[in-house]
Parts: sequence; C-alpha cells; structure tokens
Amino acid sequence: MPGLITMDDLTNEEIISLLDNAEKLLPVARGELYLPLLKGRILGNLFFEPSTRTRMSFETAMKRLGGDVVNLGDVKTSSVVKGETLFDTIQMVDGYTDIIAMRHPRQGAAQYACDSAKVPIMNGGDGAGHHPTQTMLDLFTIRQAHGTLEGLNVVLAGDLRFGRTVHSLSHALTRFGCNVTFASPESLRMPEEIIADLRAAGAEVNETTDLIGQISEADVIYMTRIQKERFPDEDEYTKVADSYKLHARDLDDAKAEMIIMHPLPRVEEIHPSVDSTRHARYFEQAFNGVVARMSLMCWLLGVNVPADVMSEGEVI
Amino acid sequence: MSGQEASMRRVTAIRNGTVIDHVPAGKALSVLKMLGIDGGMSNPVSLVMNVPSKKMGGKDIIKVEDRELTQTELDRLALVAPDASVAIIRAYSVAEKMEINLTDEVVNVARCTFSNCITTNMMEPLPHRLAVVQRDPLELRCRYCGKTQNLEDLIDNIF
Repeated sequence: MPGLITMDDLTNEEIISLLDNAEKLLPVARGELYLPLLKGRILGNLFFEPSTRTRMSFETAMKRLGGDVVNLGDVKTSSVVKGETLFDTIQMVDGYTDIIAMRHPRQGAAQYACDSAKVPIMNGGDGAGHHPTQTMLDLFTIRQAHGTLEGLNVVLAGDLRFGRTVHSLSHALTRFGCNVTFASPESLRMPEEIIADLRAAGAEVNETTDLIGQISEADVIYMTRIQKERFPDEDEYTKVADSYKLHARDLDDAKAEMIIMHPLPRVEEIHPSVDSTRHARYFEQAFNGVVARMSLMCWLLGVNVPADVMSEGEVI
Repeated sequence: MSGQEASMRRVTAIRNGTVIDHVPAGKALSVLKMLGIDGGMSNPVSLVMNVPSKKMGGKDIIKVEDRELTQTELDRLALVAPDASVAIIRAYSVAEKMEINLTDEVVNVARCTFSNCITTNMMEPLPHRLAVVQRDPLELRCRYCGKTQNLEDLIDNIF
C-alpha cells in the first residue's frame, strides 16, 4: 500500500502538487470553511512515543476535513507493554481505520508497518530516521515565504546527528537545488551516509561549526534543539549549546526576507527576542502542519482537492 | 608442482559432495557458518585457509562430502564470497558447476546490524531484508531502517 515513509516516496512533481493543494486548504485549516472531503474516514494515531504538534495536527487535519480519529493512547496502558509486536498492532489498527499516522522509537518502524498494513502509513518519526510529514510542512513554510523552493541558501543548525527532521529535510531541499549548509558541533554532525547520499545525488553540501557566520547569506535558518543528554557532562553541553543560539541582535546583517524555522519545542536555542522580528516563522510553521497533513491524507486516500475550495465548501 | 596445485592437494579429492573454491582468504569459517555447517553434522568437511592463489593472492577452499548444496544455500554466500566457484562432485568428477548469485535483495540471511532497528525485536515476523545498493565493493542497506551494514558485523548476525 502506498504510504509516506521517506521523502523518496514522492517525486518533485508530487511534492509541488501536495503543496499546491495544502495552500488551497488554508481556509479549511483556519476554520473559516467547512469542507468535509474526508467524511466517513478514520485516522489511526499510533504514537509509541510522545508527540504534541505532530499528533495534534494530524488529528486537527482529519477533523477539519470531516473525518474522525482513534488514538492508541498511552503506550503504557496498551497491548504494547504486554509484548505485542508492531506487526500485530498494525494488523489490528488496520482493521479499524482507513489511514494510520505513526511515531515509533525504533528506526525503520514506519517501513515495517507499511509492509504489514493494507491502509496507508504516514511516518511521523521513526527513531533518528525520517519525519517526512514534518518535511512537507517545512517545505510549505519555505515556499510560502520565498515563493519558490529552488536555489535557496538554507542553513540547518544544531543537532544534525539525531535530529530526524533535518535528515528528511536535507534530502528534499537538495532535490530542489537548494544550497544546504550544515552548521553543528563536531559531535552532532550530519550522519555520513546522509551526506554521502546527498553528494551522490549531485548536491553541494557544506559543513561548518560556525552558525553566526552563515546568517548574512542565508534565506532560511532551520534551528534544532541540542539535547543535554547527548553530552557527557553539563559543562561540555553549555559550551557547545551557547554557540548554537540565536538572539535578535545576531540578525542585524540578515537578509530582509530571511526566515528562521524550528520544528519545536525550542528550549534556549532561539531567544524570545527573535519572536518579534520579521524573521521568526516557527509558529506559522507549526500551524502549517495542519494543511500539509490535510493535503497528504487526501492524496493517500485518493480524494481530489477541488480547484476552487471556496465554492465547494460552506463558509463558517 | 604449482602453488595452486599444491593448494588443491592439501586435501584429498572427494568422491561426492560440493567443493567451494576461491573463497576470500580467511572467510571460510564465515562461509561454514552461513551454510549452517558446524560440529553437529556427520558429513566430513575439509577446509584449507590462506593458500596461494594466482587470481586472488590468497584464498580458502572448502570441501563438503556427501552433500550437494542447493542454489538457495549457495546464494547466501554472496555476502562474504560472491566470486567463489562451486562444483558439485559425483564419482570424483565435476558433475555440475554452479554460480553464486547476488540478488538485488538479501532476504532472511542476516539480521540488520543497527541496534535500534525495528527488526532487532526477534518476535517481529516479517522477513529481514537487506537491499544491495552497490555490488563492488558490496554495500547493503536495511530495507526498514536504511542503515548501511558493516559487513564484518553482519557475519555475526547471520541466521
């Protein structure tokens, strides 16, 4: 069954088409238009590890389109603690739902579920692997700001080793000819195999430990959280984390249209002083998760998004 | 006597069975493991390691008596000895020459080496699938987690 496990499951044309449909669905996501394109459909939310934005935006997307949602609930109270395999869990949920959104701590779990299921699987994060629905909303946000995905200078910063959002995003950006710079501490560099894949695909990839030096040329700065637990001691963490923080005063030389993104939650890597600058885009980015996932679910369920949604829907 | 002839004569000719020649030097024990050949079987098995070879510099040779290995069994060897030559022996003569085929995907031969892969839960029932990304040098990736496999570690994960 087709699903979305990695960005390799989509062609560039399909990505653009999904983004176009997401744009059409903005009034539905904002609650201004009722358009029950997915009425009668049920989404299974299987989050085997914590999620706020991804789980809620999947749920909001399905409900805004007139469908319904069933949740796995807390893993601690589900059959998973009794030792149920992922295969068996998927067999069960497959029978209850029309489409599944899933997050799992084990890498490869989404592909495994996809091979086990009859309904489409949407990967909401598998270990340090992929997070393609996040990538779709990231691409939507970038295109919304710059009007294009092509040829932009994008800086991915912070924890590039364990941050799955940047793994999927870097693949997608280079497919659209973006110049991608990885800015990270040495210990949290982008995994070699991802860099090798990008280079094999013809992408020019730059690596640096200097985030601030990249600001003036950037069209997009994509920040990620550096987690304390990745470091052997607190001093080492503090030393590294301080070099990957953005403050409003760092942005004086930035291009006017440069945007700062973050998959959230942020901790200290973006100072609240940045929130009121024209560059901050992370809260809109989180909202865009709803339209990106609406568009994706319609596509995976074979439902066309009408060209003129305003005439098809009911204004609220 | 040439070095190669000397290599072949280190062990006597077998009446019936399978000869696996041109195994990369030092990999014979891995080959036995992949074929499930251990001390628990009754067939005689001869093994020579690190003998000179014109083609390879050094090589290992395995002779399994009274057992004709199947193509499916031999294809498992593609992970460690893709260029090995295999002969089925009947009445001291080569009755059949077989090739080891490296398919595009290696299924249920070895478990992914990445410790956080979903397939590390041995209760999960789907097949273990490693995609052949590149043949020379061999590069394999797990279908599920996408991790490139360390071939040395992979030998330890053979079923």
